[in-house]
Amino acid sequence: MQEVKWRRLPLNSNYAVAYAVKDCDVDVIAAYPITPQTTVVEKLSEFIANGELDAEMIHVESEHSALSAAIGAAAVGARTFTATAAQGLELMHEMLHIASGLRLPIVMTIATRALSAPISIWCDYSDLMNTRDASWITLIASSAQEVYDSVIQAYRIAEDPRVLLPVMVAYDGFIMSHTYEPVYVAENPEVIREFVPRRKTWLTLDPDKPITLGPIANPDWYYEIKYQQVVAMEEAYKVIKEVDEEFGRRFGRSYGVIEKYRIEDADIVLLTYGGLFGTVREAIDAMRKRGINVGGLRLRLWRPFPAEEIIESVKGKKLVIVLDRAISYGARIAGPVALELMSTMYRMSEKPEVLSVVVGIGQRTVTEEDIAEITALGMKYLEEKRVPNQTIYWGVRA
Amino acid sequence: MSRIEIRWHGRGGQGAVTAAVIVAEAAIAEGKYAQAYPEFGAERRGAPVRAYTRVDTNPIYTRAPIRNPDVVVVLDPSLPKELYLEGLKSGGYLIINTKKSVKEVYESIGRSDIRVAVVDATRIALETLGVPIVNTAMVGALVRVVPIARIETIEEVIRASFSGRLAEANISAVRRAYEEVKVST
Repeated sequence: MQEVKWRRLPLNSNYAVAYAVKDCDVDVIAAYPITPQTTVVEKLSEFIANGELDAEMIHVESEHSALSAAIGAAAVGARTFTATAAQGLELMHEMLHIASGLRLPIVMTIATRALSAPISIWCDYSDLMNTRDASWITLIASSAQEVYDSVIQAYRIAEDPRVLLPVMVAYDGFIMSHTYEPVYVAENPEVIREFVPRRKTWLTLDPDKPITLGPIANPDWYYEIKYQQVVAMEEAYKVIKEVDEEFGRRFGRSYGVIEKYRIEDADIVLLTYGGLFGTVREAIDAMRKRGINVGGLRLRLWRPFPAEEIIESVKGKKLVIVLDRAISYGARIAGPVALELMSTMYRMSEKPEVLSVVVGIGQRTVTEEDIAEITALGMKYLEEKRVPNQTIYWGVRA
Repeated sequence: MSRIEIRWHGRGGQGAVTAAVIVAEAAIAEGKYAQAYPEFGAERRGAPVRAYTRVDTNPIYTRAPIRNPDVVVVLDPSLPKELYLEGLKSGGYLIINTKKSVKEVYESIGRSDIRVAVVDATRIALETLGVPIVNTAMVGALVRVVPIARIETIEEVIRASFSGRLAEANISAVRRAYEEVKVST
């Protein structure tokens, strides 16, 4: 087996996506530009133009068409890619369910962004959280390096015959999509291509062997077909871990389904996802210096939800503070991950308190000081035995 | 070197974002860790623009904005001083494109707790590039005053990102500013 040679390049997360897609040798890219995702496709066009990537770029008139084109391409056996954000992802929503229902291994990246109205081009996770029930495997990265690595892993996961579900790889719009940082990319992409070998693992349309994809399913069969997606998600959970471990053995970097930071002896755990975890991590270091027993947990895999790992990590803790960057309007616990955590913990015999905090909506600034103040507030609630059973909207001028 | 945080101030079209990225690229090429990012939002020609560079010998995790920079680089001296002095650390550097002397800048900013570096980057840019795009000259001034990357690495990065003659003209701008920048004692 050939050894991988790494190049350390200054890339933003959008470019990291483009490099990974190139290195996975995709066949078809269909996309519609939207801020802050646009430069993903610009970079891919460059790769195609200069001959580094032999792929078909389909310029479509909307995101609905982008995913439709990707579905068509995947249905004939092509390795496909698309990318979007915010309103684009909303416009795709109908097709999200069709891609997963047809069990097509499409990979899509999301530079997460707040939703209109009012118009905002800035980052939060409202767009991604709206896709929760679309039966897409969803990874959330926290560095440009992890974006590159996750897109590569995504093709292996999606195309695994035990899975055959589409995969989204999400990362912070602007905060990551436009921040340059060091990324190791393969100088010899054939090594990456070896890791994601071409295998015809899914049913495809073939004129010589005609089949029908996506016909009507009446009440006597629809349920069983949808249940197969439930099973596929369960299988995916194992496959995601296997692929990440193999990636680690092969390339020296792996991430797990959750990332733990200084939680072993911590009483208080801060749980979040995406780029915000970096800020939380440095805030934890600063708080530890002041003698505060706090640690961090990062949710890397959102769907399927890593319930066992989360339960194991919060066991014996006094308080979990969940920092969400999306709002489930009208819910008492309005942070989507906080809500998920609480339902996951329901059967635990001795469970920590949970404080749900919404931050960073529409890219409202979140600093290490905010994290320290939120932690102090959580500790105060804990001490006074009155952790609120409703979400705190941090920093809002109400 | 521990962590150094730089904030760039210019107007749309002057290349502040490119300058922030060039410095990060050079630091990364030297094996350091760096982040460079634009102030997200207004990028209309002529509008005030900010960009940021964070450099460290250790990995950088935070994604919080830089609010108390160690260094402020001002590409456009017509920007209000309140804008670019905001949050600048005591003991930090103000590196400014101006025809004024260090003494005159001190008199106009009303802060004596920072160090000041001046360079006439507009003149340098006009003489080397023929257009008043001062970003590369300001990069030259910066790496002279704050040694976060070697000038040779900056030149390599510029050669890799601009084509032939344009690269050479920008490298001249970098070298001229590197030589001509004057720092408070």
